[in-house]
Amino acid sequence: MTESAERNAAMDSPGPDQDGHLPADGLDARLVVDRGSFRLDVALTAAPGEVVALLGPNGAGKTTALRALAGLVPLSDGHLRLDGAALERTPPESRPVGVVFQDYLLFPHLTALDNVAFGPRCRGAGRAQARAQAAAWLDRMGLADHAGAKPRRLSGGQAQRVALARALATHPRLLLLDEPLAALDARTRLEVRAQLRRHLAEFEAVAVLVTHDPLDAMVLADRLVVVEDGAVVQEGGPADIARRPRTDYIAQLVGLNLYRGRAEGHTVRLDTGPAVTTTEDLAGPAFVAFPPSAVTLYDARPAGSSARNLWRCEVAGLESHGDQIRVDLTGELPLVADLTTVAAAELGLHPGAPVWATVKATQTHAYPA
Amino acid sequence: MTEPAAKTPAPAGADPVTAGPRRARRRGRTVPVPLLVPALVGLAFLLLPLLALVIRAPWSGLPEQLSSPEVWQALRLSLLCATSATALSLLVGVPLAWLLARTDFPGRGLVRALVTLPLVLPPVVGGVALLLAFGRNGVVGQWLESWFGITLPFTTTGVVLAETFVAMPFLVVSVEGTLRAADPRYEEAATTLGASRFTAFRRVTLPLIAPGIAAGAVLAWARALGEFGATITFAGNFPGRTQTMPLAVYLALQNDPAAAIALSLVLLAVSVAVLAGLRDRWMSAS
Repeated sequence: MTESAERNAAMDSPGPDQDGHLPADGLDARLVVDRGSFRLDVALTAAPGEVVALLGPNGAGKTTALRALAGLVPLSDGHLRLDGAALERTPPESRPVGVVFQDYLLFPHLTALDNVAFGPRCRGAGRAQARAQAAAWLDRMGLADHAGAKPRRLSGGQAQRVALARALATHPRLLLLDEPLAALDARTRLEVRAQLRRHLAEFEAVAVLVTHDPLDAMVLADRLVVVEDGAVVQEGGPADIARRPRTDYIAQLVGLNLYRGRAEGHTVRLDTGPAVTTTEDLAGPAFVAFPPSAVTLYDARPAGSSARNLWRCEVAGLESHGDQIRVDLTGELPLVADLTTVAAAELGLHPGAPVWATVKATQTHAYPA
Repeated sequence: MTEPAAKTPAPAGADPVTAGPRRARRRGRTVPVPLLVPALVGLAFLLLPLLALVIRAPWSGLPEQLSSPEVWQALRLSLLCATSATALSLLVGVPLAWLLARTDFPGRGLVRALVTLPLVLPPVVGGVALLLAFGRNGVVGQWLESWFGITLPFTTTGVVLAETFVAMPFLVVSVEGTLRAADPRYEEAATTLGASRFTAFRRVTLPLIAPGIAAGAVLAWARALGEFGATITFAGNFPGRTQTMPLAVYLALQNDPAAAIALSLVLLAVSVAVLAGLRDRWMSAS
């Protein structure tokens, strides 16, 4: 996390201001796609060498944004500049863009080698030259032994690397990855994620990846752009977003209880009524967040408890979460708490059970909204 | 196979040669009579005529019947015309199917309906329509005649056109269905790699839908081979030039039924041969 935060800090400087002042290189886009009931309006900038993740729930418009960048979906409005060149009206086959699709879409009738050679062939290379380039790419991906294999004979991780090689073989200035790890099982995923991270680090142009998995986003990207309902809701380095979520969706992703209210000194009075005491001293609109593990539950009002953050709640649901029990609570303050299995059993928790929840002020984190 | 064994499903590793589990399953489920009886009637209705053809065939005189040059002339013409019609259908039908499946233009639904019209149109009507279009005084035919000196009706080319008119819709419908089922995102992937839409079609889509095209081509070929109404209306019945096998069969039935049966047997053999050739890749797939 520290490393990516540092990488991120170095990347913070470029990017256009509101008047559209452009960086000479990299990506500068405002993608507007109007589909009647759904409207995507996302501004996206990235410097060469930067990896940006579009993170968001299903249906948020991430894939639409990616398709708009590739030219597979026309822009209703906005602009798209790559290394200073306007691309809005350029057809997809002429854009210097490479795409790794979610299920890779390797051509099933071609070998891995011919899949990778397809791009160079289309861009004017001779058959032998294209094949030589493709062989070099496969070699680089550690797939030299599988050059003659048809896609259906490749494992998920191998297919993913062939897809990456195929996209990179055209030397794109913008690499797009749509849920690059979603098609893999958990074990392969770990390994492929690490490989992909290495390849992305070597990639000298802009990479934009779309994912709904916060872990993929945080491991692979220098900067996250969180998209919900077609709009950017938060943007920043992985560490910053994990620490200071600004919407329920992100808070859930990173596993935090998140509330919005008005801060007066050490107290944040929530829009819904109750107040949360924090250690930060703030004034004005603020978020306050705390992890589920910071919550302590009691079956009766704790006598003589000094905790000021004390709320009466009711168990709405229980879910086992590794060796923990995650408790969903409703009531004064809806929240999520993590307990050990033993603690949950001692409290006799069941849906509908009344409980008292406390959180120490030192475990909360408040920041301006 | 004893009763108890039949009732218990055999373990996965059971000897497949005995086909024990399968038989047990079939025996366990009775077929309802209201379904079984009509099914058997239908089966008999389809098979009996073919059986009759084989039973009544003048087997002893067959070699003599089939050695006549007229038979081979008609058969050769039939195969030539059906194959040409299939080739022509492929040449224009596949692009037409692509247009219907992959593009959006006003009136596409109407165009599709018109393309499939020859499927339901009585072939004789098709023949009349072809005459009105490509006949000597037809809408297009008069210009072909006066400008290029090309006459289509009552020629072998006319046979090919008549068969194409009737058979191509089979190909178009089949290929369009395959195209719709094929994932258009492969074309998108090709596009992002720098392929023009035509290159994407040629190098990605075409190989992917090849089985569907083959199936459509066989359908079209079989339909062209059996074409009668449109052919006799538009191209007439001239031995050696426009008299295909179906016409020869019909004509022979009037004055030499034994010859008609012999010719029918030849067509039946060709059909069975085609079916057998496709059994693996096509029939079992559906």
